Amino acid sequence: MKTSPLSKTFIYVMLGIGSILMLLPFVWMISTSLKSGNEVMIMPPVWIPETLRFDNFVAAFEKAPFATYFVNSVIVMVLSTLGEVITTILAAYAFSRLNFWGKDALFALLVGTMMVPGEVLLVPNFVLLSDLGWIDRYEALIIPWTASIFSIFLLRQFFLKIPKELNYAARVDGCTNFRFLWSIMIPIAKPALITIILLKAIGSWNAFLWPLIVTNSKEMRTLPVGLTSFSTEAGTVYELLMAASTMIIFPMIILFIFLQKYIIKGIAGAGIKG
Amino acid sequence: MKLKDTAKAFLYLFPALLIIGVFVIYPMIKSFLMSFYADYDFFNDVVYRYGLDNFIYLWNDEVFHQALRNTFIFVLGVVPISIILSLWIALMLNSITVLSKFFRTVYFIPFVTSVVAVSIVWRWIFHSNYGIMNYFLGLFGIDPIQWLTSTEWAMPALIILSIWKGLGYNIIIFLAGLQTIGDSYYNAARIDGANRWSRFIHVTLPQLAPTTFFITIISIINSFKVFDEIYALFDGQAGPSNSALTVVYYVFNKFYGEWDFGVASAAAYVLFLIIFIFTLIQFYISKKKITY
Repeated sequence: MKTSPLSKTFIYVMLGIGSILMLLPFVWMISTSLKSGNEVMIMPPVWIPETLRFDNFVAAFEKAPFATYFVNSVIVMVLSTLGEVITTILAAYAFSRLNFWGKDALFALLVGTMMVPGEVLLVPNFVLLSDLGWIDRYEALIIPWTASIFSIFLLRQFFLKIPKELNYAARVDGCTNFRFLWSIMIPIAKPALITIILLKAIGSWNAFLWPLIVTNSKEMRTLPVGLTSFSTEAGTVYELLMAASTMIIFPMIILFIFLQKYIIKGIAGAGIKG
Repeated sequence: MKLKDTAKAFLYLFPALLIIGVFVIYPMIKSFLMSFYADYDFFNDVVYRYGLDNFIYLWNDEVFHQALRNTFIFVLGVVPISIILSLWIALMLNSITVLSKFFRTVYFIPFVTSVVAVSIVWRWIFHSNYGIMNYFLGLFGIDPIQWLTSTEWAMPALIILSIWKGLGYNIIIFLAGLQTIGDSYYNAARIDGANRWSRFIHVTLPQLAPTTFFITIISIINSFKVFDEIYALFDGQAGPSNSALTVVYYVFNKFYGEWDFGVASAAAYVLFLIIFIFTLIQFYISKKKITY
């Protein structure tokens, strides 16, 4: 569609203003994280601090065990993502390439359960994990999250698009199912897998309600849970709160900027199919 | 095929089914049963009587009514504004080439960040004395607003934060939808002498109906489930005098605060029912309307 130069200018101005509004909270966060206590409580606000106080980050680390929270978040993210990728690949392969009794019914049942909000599962899962003695342990943070119906659905759709002829050719060559999956399907499905991994990693890093409920001790908290308890303790020390928030927010922004192609494709793809 | 194939497939499915069975399907059923626990001993897992007591409790509980009301206000506040804004931004992004990718990235960034962390940032933005929200409003001569400490402004503050956070997701899906509309429709409309506005009304909007339908459902469902934002924005509270108490927050309070598992499960199932009904309504309307 052709757009006149005047309305083009209008569009750029509007999008520019919008972008500033989207980014302003982050600018305000970083600016505050580098201020001194006095500069924080000033009206009108100071945008660029007189001296950039990077020691706020050190101070935040000293006031709360953010290093432990960070390590916990990384462990939970890596292991739950790894687990989910393995279970997803195997299940998606079965649903797209193998014939078995009750296949369609089972798949329909799984897709149907996607409608049930996770909040419904909270109470019984907590009781179950208490019975297993997993509360306040890595098991509770990781194992329930090592399978995802949504990911199985996404990868199955991708697997279905790979021509069946490849299967026949591989079988003629004496290739087993597992080897076929490992050395042909997975390399072809790499973009879909990267999408699944990234969406999972972001979700795991940002997850809050579940880690809040299944952890009691400081040693087991993940970053978001640690941040909320720090905010209750630190109260109004906003420069430290903003420094801690920056530490949680930045890794995901950087991950997103470098790998956004896959994330956006995954979200748009899932969206169109519904 | 048959038995041998089924056995083989089972090996592939086993890990996923084990996890989903134990942590999704079983709790789903268990939670349904728990919502009917009338008299029970949680520690020994003995149920003396099943009944509708938990649902009757919810029916009469003023706090639950408030949670329902707040949740509906939140959904009505977030969903329409977010959809109109994101459609507008997506249309603008779709009509430019230079910097289009850059803008898309910028609008999407809030979506990948931690809800808890950005909510704490917004708590600082909404600070009544030193926050930038009141500072900017002050430039227009508006008196400082008690965003997070007054009952009437807590919900608007939550709505503003949620719209900001979720805008990028809707934009991405609208953009994907816009890219599937072929140029031929626009060319035909232009030959018929349709101006920009009537092209939007008669080509873009109808063609975009399935996308809008999808975004509406997803936005409604996600808005009904809001929790993290509230917990972080109001520092572990549901706003001043429960003014931002939502259904999930109510479930959380009953479950994690009062250890009343029966009422918590019943409230969670009410939430599920509401979401389910909305999905059905949406489905029904879309089947009737989306025809071109």
